[in-house]
Amino acid sequence: MMASSYSAKEEDGHHSGSAGLGDTAIRTRKPDNTAFKQQRLPAWQPILTAGTVLPAFFVIGLIFIPIGICLYVTSNNIKEFEIDYTGTDMSSPCFNCSINHSWNNTTPCKCVLAFSLDQPFESNVFMYYGLSNFYQNHRRYVKSRDDSQLNGDGGSLKEPSKECEPYRTSENRPIAPCGAIANSMFNDTLELYYIDPNGTRNPIPLTKKGIAWWTDKHVKFRNPGSSNPNLTAVFQDTAKPINWGKPVYELDTDSENNGFINEDFIVWMRTAALPTFRKLYRIIQKKNSMTPTLPRGNYTLEVTYNYPVRSFDGRKRVILSTISWMGGKNPFLGIAYITVGSICFFLGVVLLFIHHKYGNRNNSSDIPN
Amino acid sequence: MISFLSLYYPLPRSLFSQYTLPLSLACTGEESWVDSRTVYIGHKEPPPGTEAYIPQRFPDNRIVSSKYTFWNFIPKNLFEQFRRIANFYFLIIFLVQLIIDTPTSPMTSGLPLFFVITVTAIKQGYEDWISHKADNAINQCPVHAIQHGKVIRKQSQKLRVGDIVQVKENETFPCDLILLSSSREDGTCFVTTASLDGESSHKTYYAVQDTNAFNTAEEFDTLHSTIECEQPQPDLYKYVGRINIYLDRDEPIARPLGSENLLLRGATLKNTEFIYAVAIYTGMESKMALNYQSKSQKRSAVEKSMNAYLIVYLCILISKALINTVLKYVWQADTNRDEPWYNQKTENERQRHVLIRAFTDFLAYMVLFNYIIPVSMYVTVEMQKFLGSYFIQWDDDMFDEEIGERPLVNTSDLNEELGQVEYVFTDKTGTLTENNMELKECCVDGHVYVPHAICNGQVLPGAVGMDMDMIDSSPGVDGKEREELFFRALCLCHTVQVKEEETVDGIKRGIHQGKCTSSYISSSPDEVALVEGMQRLGFTYLRLKDSHMEILNREDEMERFELLEVLNFDSVRRRMSVIVRSSTGEHYMFCKGADSSIFPRVVSGKVEQVRARVEHNAVEGLRTLCVAYKKLSHVEYEDVCRLLNCAKLALQDRDKKLAEAYDVIEKDFILLGATAVEDRLQDKAADTIESLHKAGMKVWVLTGDKMETAAATCYASKLFHRSTQILELTTKRTEEQSLHDVLFDLSRTVLRQHGSMTRDTFSGFSGDFQDYGLIIDGATLSAILKPTQEGTRNGGNYKEIFLEICRNCSAVLCCRMAPLQKAQIVKMIKASKEHPITLAIGDGANDVSMILEAHVGIGIMGKEGRQAARNSDYAITKFKHLKKMLLVHGHYYYVRIAELVQYFFYKNVCFIFPQFLYQFFCGFSQQPLYDTAYLTLYNISFTSLPILLYSLMEQHINMDILKRDPSLYRDIAKNSHLRWPTFIYWTFLGLFDAMVFFFGAFFLFDNATFTSNGQLMATNTQMMFGNWTFGTLVFTVLVFTVTLKLALDTHYWTWINHFVIWGSLLFYVIFSLLWGGIIWPFLNYQRMYYVFMQMLSSGPAWLSIILLIIVSLLPDVLKKVLCRALWPTTTEKIQNADKLYKGHLSEFTPLSSLHAPPARKHEESQNSAHRRSDSSLPKKLMCTYWGGRRDYCTFSSFLQIGENPRFSGAAYAYSAPGPETSV
Repeated sequence: MMASSYSAKEEDGHHSGSAGLGDTAIRTRKPDNTAFKQQRLPAWQPILTAGTVLPAFFVIGLIFIPIGICLYVTSNNIKEFEIDYTGTDMSSPCFNCSINHSWNNTTPCKCVLAFSLDQPFESNVFMYYGLSNFYQNHRRYVKSRDDSQLNGDGGSLKEPSKECEPYRTSENRPIAPCGAIANSMFNDTLELYYIDPNGTRNPIPLTKKGIAWWTDKHVKFRNPGSSNPNLTAVFQDTAKPINWGKPVYELDTDSENNGFINEDFIVWMRTAALPTFRKLYRIIQKKNSMTPTLPRGNYTLEVTYNYPVRSFDGRKRVILSTISWMGGKNPFLGIAYITVGSICFFLGVVLLFIHHKYGNRNNSSDIPN
Repeated sequence: MISFLSLYYPLPRSLFSQYTLPLSLACTGEESWVDSRTVYIGHKEPPPGTEAYIPQRFPDNRIVSSKYTFWNFIPKNLFEQFRRIANFYFLIIFLVQLIIDTPTSPMTSGLPLFFVITVTAIKQGYEDWISHKADNAINQCPVHAIQHGKVIRKQSQKLRVGDIVQVKENETFPCDLILLSSSREDGTCFVTTASLDGESSHKTYYAVQDTNAFNTAEEFDTLHSTIECEQPQPDLYKYVGRINIYLDRDEPIARPLGSENLLLRGATLKNTEFIYAVAIYTGMESKMALNYQSKSQKRSAVEKSMNAYLIVYLCILISKALINTVLKYVWQADTNRDEPWYNQKTENERQRHVLIRAFTDFLAYMVLFNYIIPVSMYVTVEMQKFLGSYFIQWDDDMFDEEIGERPLVNTSDLNEELGQVEYVFTDKTGTLTENNMELKECCVDGHVYVPHAICNGQVLPGAVGMDMDMIDSSPGVDGKEREELFFRALCLCHTVQVKEEETVDGIKRGIHQGKCTSSYISSSPDEVALVEGMQRLGFTYLRLKDSHMEILNREDEMERFELLEVLNFDSVRRRMSVIVRSSTGEHYMFCKGADSSIFPRVVSGKVEQVRARVEHNAVEGLRTLCVAYKKLSHVEYEDVCRLLNCAKLALQDRDKKLAEAYDVIEKDFILLGATAVEDRLQDKAADTIESLHKAGMKVWVLTGDKMETAAATCYASKLFHRSTQILELTTKRTEEQSLHDVLFDLSRTVLRQHGSMTRDTFSGFSGDFQDYGLIIDGATLSAILKPTQEGTRNGGNYKEIFLEICRNCSAVLCCRMAPLQKAQIVKMIKASKEHPITLAIGDGANDVSMILEAHVGIGIMGKEGRQAARNSDYAITKFKHLKKMLLVHGHYYYVRIAELVQYFFYKNVCFIFPQFLYQFFCGFSQQPLYDTAYLTLYNISFTSLPILLYSLMEQHINMDILKRDPSLYRDIAKNSHLRWPTFIYWTFLGLFDAMVFFFGAFFLFDNATFTSNGQLMATNTQMMFGNWTFGTLVFTVLVFTVTLKLALDTHYWTWINHFVIWGSLLFYVIFSLLWGGIIWPFLNYQRMYYVFMQMLSSGPAWLSIILLIIVSLLPDVLKKVLCRALWPTTTEKIQNADKLYKGHLSEFTPLSSLHAPPARKHEESQNSAHRRSDSSLPKKLMCTYWGGRRDYCTFSSFLQIGENPRFSGAAYAYSAPGPETSV
């Protein structure tokens, strides 16, 4: 056909011309012939096919399953003991304390719970208190604090942030530390006694330092008037939080653990993510390698019951736990790893089958034979 | 000249719409003298006693295309911007954040919104300023008008109806004018209407004979005359009017006015020193203005999908907020939960009414979850489109070496729409063809003459007399006589003008007869080609002088013929005739026209031989004309004259009467022979059309040209094939049968075929099914589109039937289209029930309305004006560039933006859904899960760059493969990547991932002591993590998963992709370290202090981050792999094969030569291939039909690419135009 042969010829001429001559005048107006502008950058062009993904699945399976088993075993080796001392039950030793609660009580209500450990806790033991149904993550609660005040800012001490309302001022004096979080600080006192087989009560030494984040204690939280060691003077124009029995500068006798840098306070101020949470209370240091930190036997827990939780159906617990390289008892992670590893392995097998059955067919269909 | 012209054309945008006549009026094409206007020439009252002088009010000559004024810019622009649903939504969110106490700061949504609004306003303001400037330039450009006998300069905008205007050569007419007198003695002037209808040739216009004597301003001062004419109509070719000239207080002389007297605004005066004319239609009423349509905001299909998704997400958002609000109040019914002792409300909060509280809570939830519809998506989409358009502009393949132009992108909003085109409407002249005709051969009584021989495709210039080759045996003496008569006929039967200046321009290319350097101009390039061809065959047309045509014969003797009558060409008759008197006094009537209109009127001559030759030529794609003559006796001539004059003077139905007269006169001819003219197609036009067909697009040719010419081009450009059955829907046919019957006939034919075809396809083998081509002309079209009373009686609208026919035709040719009709066709297809995406491409101002109407308008930057290019969305230099534009760029941008949109919604579901879940665990208190910095930066910096760069760089398939295998375009047709199933898949994937993130973290925190070893690298203390660590853990997994998901989707990893993907992750880590590493003095909270580091110091955190990322990505990887293995799409197959091939180059190289199709194949196989590729079957059927063959074809194609992409001969054969591309 004439027309087609004609244009074919044209095209040839056109191309040979452009390749051969190199028209300089036009070249200058021509777009740059760079790989980027012509979208011809060198590129790696991977395709996810059954064949390429297969090894990955097997590798993931092979790595995850051992990790999972390892995690699971570790988690199972962790010893944990939990005791609820809310006192909802009539039979519970703390029942009376829990119903007779009043913030103005001058005499603390005490209750004693006995428990026994079947197995010794060998390494360092961590003692937690746990609260349930306590919404530390409520928006109104979370924001009800003044970080500048806690960081030792003098101005904020006298004029706390609006966010602290309605725990901002009390009797026309600024509250220090202000806000709902500080106001509701956990104030039960927990003491642990080991009952010797012969019946003597041995108090177990509880370390109360080193339970907060180092950075919180040393940087984020600071007492106002850092030059002035006399906290009473520093806080003199402020009021204590409404629910507190004593002002912030009397939290501890140790000046390194008093005021805003009291570690119990710091721990409390880190709001929990979920309504059921536990917070580190004390550490029971291992004395020596010979004796377990907590030998098996009977113990009593003495609680100074100050903290009301029954109004909102809350629960209070004490937890004793040992620790491993991966933290506390956590079967979830181990199980999850094992599950995912197995799924991957299984999928690997399925894909292998598919790859064999369909992979070749696809490729061969493209190649004319 | 062009620059002056250009002033006229950036104008008609928005405001024209209000002046555009109602479509019904515009398209009827009927000469309904509904309303008339009387124009008093020179504003002079006619002599008393005639009629009362009633000055009518007409608009002034001002053109307004700008949208805003200085004063209303800010309010109007803001109003326009906030009419966009997204902007309005963000405004509301911002206001809510300002008014109520919300979990996040107003800055998080205010700043981005402010940025977006400002940038858009500046852009629009600038554009409007440009059009203000253009308007002013036009409105203030000086024109010469006559006032009180003097020529004065006036601003164009002050011109009024009735003013007499003087226009000099090469000036553009400032408004629609009636030609009164010309500097040429015969009262003619030449005009080029290139900027109006795209016809670059010179047209002749005639002055009113009685006023032609007026040649100076003073003389015009004495002229008393009125013009009665119809009110402005958009049809460029129609004008009916009457001029009354009052001379010496006698009865006025009435003269008819037709379109040959009407000079249109925008056309340019040529070849005439000056003219005087009177303004009749001014400003927005001029025909040009009426022919422009408003440039409505074009929106791509993707944007529409995006808006649909947006609404879905808005519903999700609102329902989320509602659910949470309701649950909150259910949950809070217990006072101890609402207000436990540790978390009291303030007095203010307590006193607020519960409904107000509920409402504020609802709004607060809206704000908390509003990130699900991110501002940044709109910004990213805009940026992607804007930056992406540069790749089109930079494309080397679309650079035109000849004129040194590269593609222009006027609207970047439509990049992806290029990948969705279903209908292509193309102009013919200058778009498909180069508008450059050449006489190929002529045939006299079966003897074929070729003006120049073709030898191996090269033109061999011969000596003057030797150009003529006689292929057949030399004719006898009698033949010789006939032959010369034939040549004379062609020299006489035309309306060609001779251009006196000896300037060599594009019309005469390289064909110079030594002695004559004059060039020809005509309204029809065919005629020029014929006359030039005759010149090479020895008969030179010299000039028309004193109504004598002078020709120079082979013996260099001057022959003079007196031109008595010209029976002009029209599309209905499809022929033209002249009556001349030779020097010997004999009257001859020569007629040339389409074969179909000549043969029935021929009484003798070698009809069969000529017919065979004509058919042969038509098949070759040449434009054929037949020539016939008859001798008229004196008596006969007198009769003819009388008939013609009678018809010419009729004021009403003049056209009809003339046609009747012509019909009587033009008969009993003696056939002389036929000519064949080639209108050279543009380089690779046929190849491009074939590719478009293969890509599943329907190509329509819309042209103002006459049917035969257009049809010939369509054959040449492979739009129609030999096997195509042509359905005609033309005036000629509708004259024989009623429109109704024709339509039903055609639809029956088409549907019957369609039915059987479907059956064939299902049976798996189909031998031959017919494909159809439809030809329709403007007049019939307007009849179809006209809402008729008959329509109801005949049980339906013609439009539906017509659309049904069109749907079943693989190619449609519409000829004799007025510019507005082109737009109407586009509009009609756009509005048909599938709502297909349309693309219009053209080069002239006559295509502008169609370009504006179509979803995508493409202008060709031709040699003539740039109106089309300026009004288009994209402008290219050659039709062939359309192929790369659609198949490569369109495909890429569609795939890219589809991923962009889906991914954006996905990543925001992942982002916000955990926050929603968290509400269930924080007492529905609107506590944000993430820190403010994370909320703000997530979309802006952590996850924005990878997707932006992906959507600029991604190439899922190699560029060359896309180009060589147009059928891949079908894979993305009908917005396939943004359908609801895909959308739901992505949304569910997002939901799944969000659940994994949240509950993964939840179980870690809830079930046990998720702790760290405390003091970084210090003692083995065990610390507790708070809510911010929880959020940070979720967020870290989120950022990694979302980024890696994109990495999985990326097929084209350039260093840029590596850089942004890994860079973003690194940036996130570094930012988090920095954000938590310092007590930031300007913040009133320090909640993030050391949170990130503490988290990373915990072993379980690392383990769970890795675990959760893998779990989130697993389903998507699995889905990808399984789909690819079990149900691969064509795209995926090609990817597989491409990869395979790269590793096995040597192994397969011999195959390529095996499968390289031979340069020429048997014709039959071509045809069957065409039928297959051109079929308009639904896609699904196509697949079954093609089966494995397509893959086969595909594979062989890129084998060739790989071998040597540029210079391989095989690859060349492959891409050469023609049927070779098929199996």
